[in-house]
Amino acid sequence: MMMESIKLTIDDTPVEVPEGTTLLDAAKGQGIMVPALCHMDLSGIGFHSGNASCRLCVVEVDGRRNLAPACTTLASPGMVVKTRTPRVLGARRINLELLLSDHPKECLSCIKSGHCELQDLAETMGVREISYEGAVSSHAKDTSSPSIVRDPSKCVMCRRCENICREVQGVGVLTAVNRGFESVVVTAFDRDLDQTMCTYCGQCVAVCPTGALSEKDDTESVIRALADPKKSVVVQVAPAVRTALGESFGMAPGTLVTGKLATSLRRLGFDYVFDTDFAADLTIMEEASELLDRLTRHLQGDASVKLPIITSCCPAWVTHLEKRFPDLLDYPSSARSPMQMFGSIAKSYFAEKIGVARTDMVVVSVMPCVAKKAECAREEFATDGNPDVDITLTTRELASLIKRFNIDFKSLPEGDFDAPLGESTGAAVIFGTTGGVIEAAARTAYEFHTGTSLTQVDFHGLRGFEGIRSATIDFAGINVKIGIAHGLANARVLMEEIRKGSSEFHAIEVMACPGGCIGGGGQPFHQGDEAIIRARQKAIYSEDKGKTLRKSHENPHIKRLYEEFLGAPLGEKAHGLLHTHYVDRSGKKTK
Amino acid sequence: MTFVQAKLSPTAVRELKSICQSFGNDKGELINILHKSQEFCGYLPPDVQEVIAEELDIPVSTIYGVVTFYSLFVMEPRGKYHISICTGTACFVKGAMDVMDEFKLLLGIDMGETTPDGNYSIDSLRCIGACGLAPVVMVGDKIYGRVTPDDVIGILDNYK
Ligand code: SF4
Ligand code: SF4
Ligand code: FES
Ligand code: FES
Repeated sequence: MMMESIKLTIDDTPVEVPEGTTLLDAAKGQGIMVPALCHMDLSGIGFHSGNASCRLCVVEVDGRRNLAPACTTLASPGMVVKTRTPRVLGARRINLELLLSDHPKECLSCIKSGHCELQDLAETMGVREISYEGAVSSHAKDTSSPSIVRDPSKCVMCRRCENICREVQGVGVLTAVNRGFESVVVTAFDRDLDQTMCTYCGQCVAVCPTGALSEKDDTESVIRALADPKKSVVVQVAPAVRTALGESFGMAPGTLVTGKLATSLRRLGFDYVFDTDFAADLTIMEEASELLDRLTRHLQGDASVKLPIITSCCPAWVTHLEKRFPDLLDYPSSARSPMQMFGSIAKSYFAEKIGVARTDMVVVSVMPCVAKKAECAREEFATDGNPDVDITLTTRELASLIKRFNIDFKSLPEGDFDAPLGESTGAAVIFGTTGGVIEAAARTAYEFHTGTSLTQVDFHGLRGFEGIRSATIDFAGINVKIGIAHGLANARVLMEEIRKGSSEFHAIEVMACPGGCIGGGGQPFHQGDEAIIRARQKAIYSEDKGKTLRKSHENPHIKRLYEEFLGAPLGEKAHGLLHTHYVDRSGKKTK
Repeated sequence: MTFVQAKLSPTAVRELKSICQSFGNDKGELINILHKSQEFCGYLPPDVQEVIAEELDIPVSTIYGVVTFYSLFVMEPRGKYHISICTGTACFVKGAMDVMDEFKLLLGIDMGETTPDGNYSIDSLRCIGACGLAPVVMVGDKIYGRVTPDDVIGILDNYK
């Protein structure tokens, strides 16, 4: 069906847009950036928020008495719209000043300083004084979780967090309560976050315009570790970080900064600059073996085998499983996440190699994720109270650290990761995007199973941004059915099928964040620009393409690790160091 | 599914679920379901909200949002005699706050609280449409108009 096109006038310019276009988007097409706060549109990855409550986007429409919110008003034929009359500018500013009047004035020391949409709005609207001095709502900070800090006194009631948590994640931790001046977004019964179903995915942090939601800042612990001469400080970086870090230094979205990243970490003073990608290859060795093991036993008629096998690298997903699907804990792969596999190998194999006691080694990870902070705090990932990964930073925290250490990131020379835990294949790189983990597993499982070499390693059927995708791969006569979900609400659909016994899949990949880790809660803020997330995905696939080795089992350092230390995948040693178990965290004593 | 196990009696849980079911477990009927549940329990503590959330398969935060939005829903048990003082504009202007203070003083409780013997509770209301009688006080279903602080003790005498 052809969409009707609509002709209207915006600021004296004739404009033609498809039917159903909002005035906000119609104006944007003309390079007119109408300010918006409660509105955020990432429909390509399943998120749309906005209840036209902030009124910062108002415009004048000829023939209408009241100003109209551009974010929800649809273009109609012959409309005459004005976006910058004194009346419009004045109304917008009053609305903004009212919001600012009860906002805490701690901008200089706020964690969001420099990235705050409220600050940006104040600047673009030319606010120079706040004429209304209202009572400032005060609300206690919630620091109960290892990942996220809530400071509701900075909430401007845009309700983006509530919407993304409920609609995209299907978790529904956050809600607006009360009305009028007292209204604020909190958890049910104002409980601490660690007493809720929260998965720590951090998507609420990713969309919050202000400092009301933020990651727990762990940069100081890293600075202290780096300054301690008795410690060997090891750093590992996740694949998605290199696709986004450049944005924090004004580089174009999708710029790959792998080389500068390695150099910057060395300049920060890390003793060993390694790559989580190495451990991603290791994860594939274990996970692909597990997939084949379950598949073979299933085909031999073993009814006790649980299929589909589900990926387990995403910590928000794992937490969600444990809280929401305690009856299905036999399905996920027992493989630890790459970050935890790295920590485990660094503090055993590598520590032995360089003759350092595990207690004298500090493993720092840099992740696109805030849930990873909660993951590294899990007690099963520690030996005698000493964690395998000591500190986790987000991409944003690393950027902040680089700035604090006075490093001019953009002009850094290219560097490289150290051996042996810095070597990786293209299969590891694509872990950073939705569809990537299962594609990497397919490359290896196929070759393990068939004993033949894959000529075409690109599985295009597994790629994309669709919330739920599926594909069938022919493993020399066996049709392996693969499901992929990103966004926890999508994952729930696939899980309910398993619960009902109607799932047709052999393997499922789940990533909590829309787009996968590239859209992680710890990445530089996208501020509602979907193109940024797409550019990061492109960067991931181009890094994969540029690698000589693109299958995890071909990584020479991985081969060596098994020969020298681990034995065989799924073997006893591998099991102890690289696998884990899951616990019912639903809070239900009895079922 | 909810995070905290309800500490309600099995009978109460069954009754709450049957209330939800009488509305076809329809999320769109949430307000009515909460009404009936409050009639049944007297108030809507977290446990009750958790049971309803589970039955309707919606996040408990959604229910909490609704309960805090409408002043007719309460999360604390009310007294045998529930006193509501209108603080709408007309009543406010005509001295509702002084009346409220007198109730607080005589009963020794704050807004939203219940006396330890469970007899009295006080709360504020938005305009109830009886502005001509401002300031207005309701005890249960009974309306008192043009109330002055001096009248308060007499009103309380009716409820012993
Ligand atoms: S971290 Fe994720 S699950 Fe937790 S409140 Fe935020 S969006 Fe919801
Ligand atoms: S916490 Fe942030 S995202 Fe949530 S409603 Fe408040 S300002 Fe908006
Ligand atoms: S952005 Fe349009 S009303 Fe908030
Ligand atoms: S203001 Fe009290 S009844 Fe209207």
